[in-house]
Amino acid sequence: MRLIRQIGEWFDERLQLAATLRETVEHPVPRETASWFYVFGSAALVVFVMQIITGIMLAVIYVPSAGEAWNSLQTLNHSIALGWYIRALHGWGSNFMVAIVLIHMVQVFLFGAFKYPRELTWIVGIFLLLMTLGMAFSGQVLRFDQDAFWGIGIGASISSRVPIMGPWIVNLLLGGPIIAGATLSRFFALHVFVIPGMLIGFIGLHLLMVLKLGINEWPMPGRIVRKSTYLKEYHELIKKDGIPFFPGAVYKDIFFAGCVLLTLAIVAAYFGPFGPSGRPDPTIIQTVPRPDYFFLWLYALLSLLPPQMETPALLIGPVVALLFLLLLPFLFGEGEKSWKRRPIAVLTILLVAVVLGTFTDLAGHAPWSPVMDAWSGDPIPQQFLQKRSALERQGALIFQLKQCHNCHALGEEGGKRGPALDNVALLLTPDQLIRQVIQGGGNMPAYGKNLSPPETTALVAFLKTLHPAGQQPARDASRAVAEEPATHPPGSKNP
Amino acid sequence: MTLPDNLSRRAMFVKLGILFNGIIAALLAIPILRYVLSSVTRARKVGYETWLPLGSLDQFPAGQTRLGTFCNPDVQPWDGKTAYSDCWVRRIDDRTFQVFAINCMHLGCPVRWFPQSGLFMCPCHGGVYYEDGARASGPPERGLFEYAYKIEDRKLYIKAGELPTPASPGGPAALIDISGKRPCA
Repeated sequence: MRLIRQIGEWFDERLQLAATLRETVEHPVPRETASWFYVFGSAALVVFVMQIITGIMLAVIYVPSAGEAWNSLQTLNHSIALGWYIRALHGWGSNFMVAIVLIHMVQVFLFGAFKYPRELTWIVGIFLLLMTLGMAFSGQVLRFDQDAFWGIGIGASISSRVPIMGPWIVNLLLGGPIIAGATLSRFFALHVFVIPGMLIGFIGLHLLMVLKLGINEWPMPGRIVRKSTYLKEYHELIKKDGIPFFPGAVYKDIFFAGCVLLTLAIVAAYFGPFGPSGRPDPTIIQTVPRPDYFFLWLYALLSLLPPQMETPALLIGPVVALLFLLLLPFLFGEGEKSWKRRPIAVLTILLVAVVLGTFTDLAGHAPWSPVMDAWSGDPIPQQFLQKRSALERQGALIFQLKQCHNCHALGEEGGKRGPALDNVALLLTPDQLIRQVIQGGGNMPAYGKNLSPPETTALVAFLKTLHPAGQQPARDASRAVAEEPATHPPGSKNP
Repeated sequence: MTLPDNLSRRAMFVKLGILFNGIIAALLAIPILRYVLSSVTRARKVGYETWLPLGSLDQFPAGQTRLGTFCNPDVQPWDGKTAYSDCWVRRIDDRTFQVFAINCMHLGCPVRWFPQSGLFMCPCHGGVYYEDGARASGPPERGLFEYAYKIEDRKLYIKAGELPTPASPGGPAALIDISGKRPCA
């Protein structure tokens, strides 16, 4: 023990760090902040360190070349001892990090920690969030598979919508005219050098401010933040009821970080690494690209917005959201901190959470995408074919052959892009069915050119049978009148 | 020598030093920026768009739409399979073609051709196009991108090499139909 202390003293005589370190870890914090609500920031930091470690380990094997990246991932998955596990840790670590950063942000927002004097800490935090999302996206690109390849294409398509600058931004993003080796190389540089470097710098700044300004005190309803008095009140609070961060508060951070790492280790072992999915071969077009989990809500949003709203929403929406987040501490820099007295803040969080959750859930089954192989893969359920005439069955064949099933479900099978047709005969009269099939409309293509008159007749004959037994199909009442035998010659007066 | 004089002389040297470094930094910024923006300024030997062979005309029977594959002009040995791109070739009659980009004009996913219904369908967000590339339904705001083509020695060539995005100037398909309305057959 004496020897260790002597060695320690030898180093400190030269480094002169011990006093500063002791002062830092023992800085006083308000007693109530030694809480399980205050552990998310440190957990995010621990996961980030984990990402650096596993990232460096992956970089030892990974080949950042469009021709070889996919093969090197296969090698990692199958040929290197526990390569699959390091990939799983890094991939799941990315999901964990985004999740913890978001939870941290919600906690900081609800506890009013962005208010005076911690405005800049919040703003740096916003940039940290953007960089974390940047890491998540660029990391998905490095997993250079089919999803990654078409994912960059979607990024390019979105960027191209910027007025005037669009095409230039696309070329800058791709590093050339097409998605190829240069694209992967620049995303590698971003993911491995540029963004992590910036992240480390900004995390340092973020932590420095937390230390210098002190951790946000536990918000009490009625304890109002005023710029003129806040600093004095905070120092009095710490003096009166402060405890040293180490060991007073830090043990909860340590336990939570440990739990997060343990969960990560188990999840990675159980679920394994992400992909890679199919080869990044642009000539294989039998692919259904899907974004990674944290961008699924965007995928849903882009399907559900009216087409003419999309470009404005894509270009203006993020700017407005970002501006709002950056201006938040200036607009609401004083006043109540407690979420119990800030109903709008709580409702905002609930609304955002419900919206993002709903979009993510919808994107999980993507009802807006046609089921590309339903016409050949999903048969029409039996109940729609039994006791049907030859013409009606011919219509069912045409329903399959013309890919109607890709967008229209029958008995829960098939696409959900268009309405399910189980009861269509109740809703549309035969004439309306013919018009809809031939002219399309209401987001349905017109089939006029691709259906012969006999095919249309057969198809509509089949559609006319699609109604529950015992319910009359829709009919045109005026038609019935017109077809009645004329009892009164036109022009004559009623008796 | 008095102290203030001494200080101002040194202060001037500091300022001169900063100015000197500023000039060097500005000079160095020129090559660095040119390098970073090289893909935008297109300072490359090979042109972005070139006439590229799609193969013999016999591969594309009249009245049908078939997949064509071409190798992009500006590629490197390490590009692997990404050097290649697909396109849909529609042969209308002996000398008339339409060559469509594979990319949906919504967000760039690869569209698939269904000859039975005469439609291109996109697997991502459900964009649908008619056989002439015009928009039929779904989120795309315009028809499929069309490559310029020419026929030489019974071979089909297209002018390609750049990823078509919604910002790319459209071909005839985009001109036929922007609003989504199509004259009914």
